[in-house]
Amino acid sequence: MDPMLKITDLHAKVADKAILKGLSLTVNPGEVHAIMGPNGSGKSTLSYVLAGRAGYEVTSGSVLYQGRDLLTMEPEVRAREGVFLAFQYPVEIPGVSNKYFLKAAYNALRKHRGEPEMDAGAFLKFIKEKAKLVEMDPAFLNRSVNEGFSGGEKKRNEILQMAVLEPRLALLDETDSGLDIDALKIVANGINKLRDPKRAVVLVTHYQRLLDYIVPDFVHVLSGGRIVKSGGKDLALQLEKEGYGWIEAEKAAA
Amino acid sequence: MANQDVQNLADRDYKYGFVSDVEADQVPKGLNEDIVRLISKKKNEPAFMLDWRLKAYRHWLNMKEPNWAEVHYAPIDYNGIIYYSAPKAKKKLASMDEVDPEVRATFEKLGIPLEEQKMLSNVAVDAVFDSVSVATTFKKTLAEAGVIFGSFSEAVLEHPALVEKYLGSVVPYTDNFFATLNSAVFSDGSFCYVPKGVKCPMELSTYFRINAKETGQFERTLLIADEGAQVSYLEGCTAPMRDENQLHAAVVELVALGDASIKYSTIQNWYPGDKNGKGGIFNFVTKRGKCAGPRAKISWTQVETGSAITWKYPSCILLGDGSVGEFYSVALANNYQQADTGTKMIHIGKNTKSTIVSKGISAGHGQNSYRGMVKIAKSADGARNHSQCDSLLLGDKCGAHTFPNLEVGNTSSTVEHEASTSKIGEDQLFYLRQRGLSTEDAVGMIVNGFCKQVFNELPLEFAVEAHKLMNISLEGSVG
Repeated sequence: MDPMLKITDLHAKVADKAILKGLSLTVNPGEVHAIMGPNGSGKSTLSYVLAGRAGYEVTSGSVLYQGRDLLTMEPEVRAREGVFLAFQYPVEIPGVSNKYFLKAAYNALRKHRGEPEMDAGAFLKFIKEKAKLVEMDPAFLNRSVNEGFSGGEKKRNEILQMAVLEPRLALLDETDSGLDIDALKIVANGINKLRDPKRAVVLVTHYQRLLDYIVPDFVHVLSGGRIVKSGGKDLALQLEKEGYGWIEAEKAAA
Repeated sequence: MANQDVQNLADRDYKYGFVSDVEADQVPKGLNEDIVRLISKKKNEPAFMLDWRLKAYRHWLNMKEPNWAEVHYAPIDYNGIIYYSAPKAKKKLASMDEVDPEVRATFEKLGIPLEEQKMLSNVAVDAVFDSVSVATTFKKTLAEAGVIFGSFSEAVLEHPALVEKYLGSVVPYTDNFFATLNSAVFSDGSFCYVPKGVKCPMELSTYFRINAKETGQFERTLLIADEGAQVSYLEGCTAPMRDENQLHAAVVELVALGDASIKYSTIQNWYPGDKNGKGGIFNFVTKRGKCAGPRAKISWTQVETGSAITWKYPSCILLGDGSVGEFYSVALANNYQQADTGTKMIHIGKNTKSTIVSKGISAGHGQNSYRGMVKIAKSADGARNHSQCDSLLLGDKCGAHTFPNLEVGNTSSTVEHEASTSKIGEDQLFYLRQRGLSTEDAVGMIVNGFCKQVFNELPLEFAVEAHKLMNISLEGSVG
């Protein structure tokens, strides 16, 4: 069986600056991978390259998603094929209600799969169930997308979208940033409920604390645009205790 | 990248651009006193109408076309226009079935069936084809409630006293170049009178269609809500695609007496010209309402997506104490369209209140200007105004301009003005595409969200329509 995601020797640049310099990573269905690293190591760049954001240019290497070339797909095609990015900074869309937006997104996916669109009534029922997963007040469904949401509410809204769109591959970019401990627990809890043998999750995070709540199968350290060390969940604890310095030293020695 | 995609969206076709083959009764091209007399004669008008038209015409001869608006166009040859064109009627129509089948088919094609049983059950329609009203639906139902609704020509013949009393009472024949021209040659339009204390039982609507070549459309609408009356009125408009520009110079006058309320909504979708700016309607329109009595209310809502050039400033004269004026506007300028639009709120009565919400969208090479005036007269104790003008730019070849003008003559008044300009964000587009929406749907969603505050003011039946229209009009935008 093809892996969910197979990244081979990926190089990418942003505004002529090389950021990713030979990154390789394989993710199988059902696995949760945490990608950690200091600021500027290329964590967010990796998320954006995988989601297809303009301005993030792949210069060499390959990315296969379920055995197919991901890099030639338009961003919306990637999304419809099951790639989901939970944004570090979710964008506000004034005047567009959360539920209208979600219904449009959900039906775009259904259409792509050749399924009939879900009508408004059925969708409302469906989405209210999903909102419970992240303990979201249904009133948020009527508010404009992310407008006036607190940091925690925005992140919860991202996980709600993930719950509705049921991706194969979820990329969570610094989902823990800006959350207080209660919000962190709610978000982590929501993500845990979405763990599934058919779904792979890649968590990008600077801090270990998210991993107290979402226990990863693998932890990778990203530094200088490459994965310099991989291990199990204990690696995250070691990073928390000792920082990233020893990895840099190890790298220099090698 | 995304910008190119957005540009492609704007290049869709104008689906109302067909021409109907209808035999027309036209006057010769050009303008002079004989033409004015001929139009009046064709309509069997009483003497007061002809006198008024002639006074307007003679006044117009000494007027200059205004040039202060932020719009540019080649000079208009006023003698190259046919001022009256009507589908040939064999006799007076006894029922809807006698409307020329080709004309009826035209409205059918535009989604405006004239058979009552096919229509939205709670909307009465007056259909205007080129220079004349061809049909009015639900007249009987309205008459039972005492509401007079129909073509202006009929009203002149059947209710001359009402017409004589109110015609020109809000927009005098001397008002401005285009309104004065209209006063001389206007051919038809809608007339409505809602008597004292009557709440009009259904939405009223006029649908304007330009068909004939080289004609101008000069319609005039007069709407009167007597004391305590309420009415909601909507107008829609389309025209064929032609390479030549066509002139549309309309006048709308609203009169709201004490405690009356008028809600006037427009969905303007005249042919905007092609993507290189060839052809399209010149839409030079004067719209004004007078809150003549205490606590009267006039609310303008407009969605302006069509026309090569739009020049219109629906305004309110707040004469009665405690009267209320509102202006909600969405104006889109795509490709080479130019829109110069806004409002005037003239506060004269005490404790009068006005609200202005203007949303301008510019795409392609479009130029969009908001031009507004809020005037608080010395007499307007406790007057309040709130204005909000937002501009959204799609691409970097378009422009947005704001010309607000405040004249405050009373220190007890409150005037607030907010303005913003934003570009449709690459981050917003990417966010929506990452959730599976096409660029086209993403742009439509963002723009509709931007317009929501205004769309919410439209009668429900038309809000959906406005939504769709906005998406279609954006096709090929953002460059």
